[in-house]
Amino acid sequence: MAKGFDIRRQTGFATIAMACFVILYLPIVLLVVYSFNAGTSVAIWEGFSWRWYVSAWDNDQVQAATVRSLVIAFWATLIATTCAVLAALATTRQGSFRGYTLIFAMINQPLMVPEIVTAVALLIFFAMIKVATGYTGLFYLIIAHSAFCLPFAYMPIRARLQGMDLSLEHAAMDLYGTPWRVFRRVTLPQLWPGILAGAMLAFVISLDDVVITEFVKSAGQDTLPTYMLGQLRRVVTPEVNAISTALLAISVVMVMGFFFLSRTKK
Amino acid sequence: MSDAAATRTARSRWLLLAPALAVLIFAASGPLLIVLVYSFLTPGDYGGILWEFSTDAWFNVVFEQDFFTEEVTLADAHLSIFWRSIKLSLLTAFLTFVFGFPTAYFIATRPKDKRDIWMLLIIIPFWTNLLIRTFAIMELIRAEGAINSVLLALGIIDEPIQMLFTEFAILLGMAYVYLPLMVLPIYASLERFDFTLVEAGYDLYASRWRVLRKVIFPLAKPGVIAGSILVFVPSLGAYVTPRVLGGGKQLMLGNLIELQFGAGRNWPLGAALSLTLLAIVMVALILYVRAAGNEEVRHG
Amino acid sequence: MKLTRSFTVLAAMAVAGAAQAEGSLNIYNWGNYTSPEMIEKFEQEYDVDVTITDYDSNDTALAKIKAGGHGFDIVVPSGTYVPIFVSEGLLMESKPNEMENFKHMDPVWVDVDFDPGRNYTVPWQWGTVGVTVNTSVYEGDIHTAALLFEPPEELKGKINIIPEMMDVMSTAIYYKGGEQCSMDREVLKEVRDMLVEAKKDWLSMDYGNIEKFAKGDLAAGLNWNGASMRSRLQNEDIAFGLPKTGYPVWMDNAAILADAQNVENAKLFLNFIMAPENAAMLSNFAKYANGIAGSAEFMTEDLSSAPEINPSDELKAAGVLSKTCPPEAQKIYTAIWTELQK
Repeated sequence: MAKGFDIRRQTGFATIAMACFVILYLPIVLLVVYSFNAGTSVAIWEGFSWRWYVSAWDNDQVQAATVRSLVIAFWATLIATTCAVLAALATTRQGSFRGYTLIFAMINQPLMVPEIVTAVALLIFFAMIKVATGYTGLFYLIIAHSAFCLPFAYMPIRARLQGMDLSLEHAAMDLYGTPWRVFRRVTLPQLWPGILAGAMLAFVISLDDVVITEFVKSAGQDTLPTYMLGQLRRVVTPEVNAISTALLAISVVMVMGFFFLSRTKK
Repeated sequence: MSDAAATRTARSRWLLLAPALAVLIFAASGPLLIVLVYSFLTPGDYGGILWEFSTDAWFNVVFEQDFFTEEVTLADAHLSIFWRSIKLSLLTAFLTFVFGFPTAYFIATRPKDKRDIWMLLIIIPFWTNLLIRTFAIMELIRAEGAINSVLLALGIIDEPIQMLFTEFAILLGMAYVYLPLMVLPIYASLERFDFTLVEAGYDLYASRWRVLRKVIFPLAKPGVIAGSILVFVPSLGAYVTPRVLGGGKQLMLGNLIELQFGAGRNWPLGAALSLTLLAIVMVALILYVRAAGNEEVRHG
Repeated sequence: MKLTRSFTVLAAMAVAGAAQAEGSLNIYNWGNYTSPEMIEKFEQEYDVDVTITDYDSNDTALAKIKAGGHGFDIVVPSGTYVPIFVSEGLLMESKPNEMENFKHMDPVWVDVDFDPGRNYTVPWQWGTVGVTVNTSVYEGDIHTAALLFEPPEELKGKINIIPEMMDVMSTAIYYKGGEQCSMDREVLKEVRDMLVEAKKDWLSMDYGNIEKFAKGDLAAGLNWNGASMRSRLQNEDIAFGLPKTGYPVWMDNAAILADAQNVENAKLFLNFIMAPENAAMLSNFAKYANGIAGSAEFMTEDLSSAPEINPSDELKAAGVLSKTCPPEAQKIYTAIWTELQK
């Protein structure tokens, strides 16, 4: 493929892509560097030290918040992506139908309302339920996150499904496959890149959410972003840089593992 | 399709939609009704609402009564904030597209087993906390920050460029934050791309640019549209980036609405402002769906 | 391992909701404001498990508590919000004035407007809003708000204003000779015109400026005394001025919520933080004064001798304890504030 004329190449695209990766990682490099800052600032360098790793290790509140963020993001991603796949299947096949515009608008509605508004509305609504049922667990946060992650999961999956070649599915149907088998063997593998893209977006969006979480959380339910928001007015220390760096290290190791696993399978 | 088959299709469609609708009605659309009701009530003295009907909030979205002259005029403060938000969001969508499309294309043309890895590389930076990432950008563009230091050392500039606390900084920050929202949908639609089409194009002696425009881009269009929506719409309500990188000197819509629910203590106005935003975006989206829907039917 | 423990706690919480084990206490407070050392001492002394949850603004705290179903026992609102909390029936009349350690409270802080005689609240921290100046950049008198509102050449473009609507408005109104919560049209018109003009010389309206002052990115700003002190500890040139025309004084106060579930522990806690050595722990962590007499001797040297925390009597007199402004005033201030940031 690479010899002579590569039909896939577009002049400058690889350069822009590389520039993109550099720009993406530049702040991350800084963030990692500042996690070793001896000073108390997240943006002004004062020498090397491990102190923020030590203080993060000793800080139960920040650790619990980190774990809580991950747990919520995990469940929200699972729920949002599952709902999004089903909804995308329902809305992209067989052309448009009555009510399609409404459904499309509803799915995207969490995007269109500024967070603070959804947050206040959810605060009032969930507070009524909390008072009525006495249950104040993580469920509220998970379901709220699932809702605003839904459009982020839905859009890439829908983009993937649109115009996806239906002839394979029809062929499979003709061979008397059950709908479930056809879905699992034919549709799902074709859909996979869309699902992966959607799930990744959902996960990241959930992980970053501040405002809705701040209003929905009950006692003892700080996430990493709300913990940081609380600090914003006073002093933001590189402790969170240390936590973020640790998380980065873990995810990089996971990605490497994933990479080697996918190679050995071949 | 026979009638029975059509009914079956309709039933399975609603079954497939049920979980998503349940989640949305419970935690998004349903609570929005509260906001709608609030926009027609009177603000409470110390935040919250009083159960008295009033259309003042809606009136105040567009008009204001000058406290000093008691003259009723267009609320130019609100309008200029609306305009700034729309302008910056459009620019953000444009910037993410300019960088995101080639990147998505690049990933989609890697060998099949490497693509997921490249995707992960795009997303990993976003597993770190948003605020911390924003602070890191702040350090990059500060007067004594990394970029200015490098430029000074290279002798390209004589004194530091003031980048932080400008609209440029907000734009840069938002484009950074929203980049994956553009790249991933485009990737998802490009990935299934059949390159024999491109080959056919070249066989007909088309230039690379012509192939890009006439063959590749139309096929990537659903992804581009999805990405543009995912970037443009949340940008309108962005809150953290303008506050940190813009230095808080100029409000964006998200901040204006937040002010009404916070120190401004005017929840109905906050509700009315956000519903106005919702309406604008909704109309744009519906027009888009209509247009895209017709096109699909035609192709199908 | 700590992380494993967090996981276990979390799993338990997810299953049981906010488990109300015997001997627990839920504190809802500003972020990074509660001394972990002091909490540990309290936990050990009374065998109570304390959970801290953060908020970032009085309005958020008020909205959440008003909505109900939150599960908190103690909240720490600013003085300006205490009357709102009380009139909305959100606070329990816990009578701190009958508690054992009440005798330690500085008499100055007992009969405050927001809670006369202290039937609801106990001082947490208090401070002032003044002018932080880098004296190597500007050498004149620092005890004036003119440095921010009509800045001299050398400070232009290096000024930061904390984005606290009420503090900015109050400082500006005092500077123009107005009263707290003024609704005087003449004064407010002057204030608006002055602020709009002055904003051109401001670099930013932002929090978290301790290092920016220390490193010289900023040369002047409206700031809190504790934050200014932290900058001075890194750079001797940083000084804190209090405008003689008047400046806001604030106090945050701990109070028990009307729907608290761990009332006895919450009362123990209020009494606990009135003990001088415990109040000093709070100050050592948060870097502000605390309103408890005799706590200075338990404070770190940095703090007990800091000019920012202990202003001269002459300057003290110009301070105005912030109070809750009527809604009409608030409405005008919001309009000016929006105009300023449009």
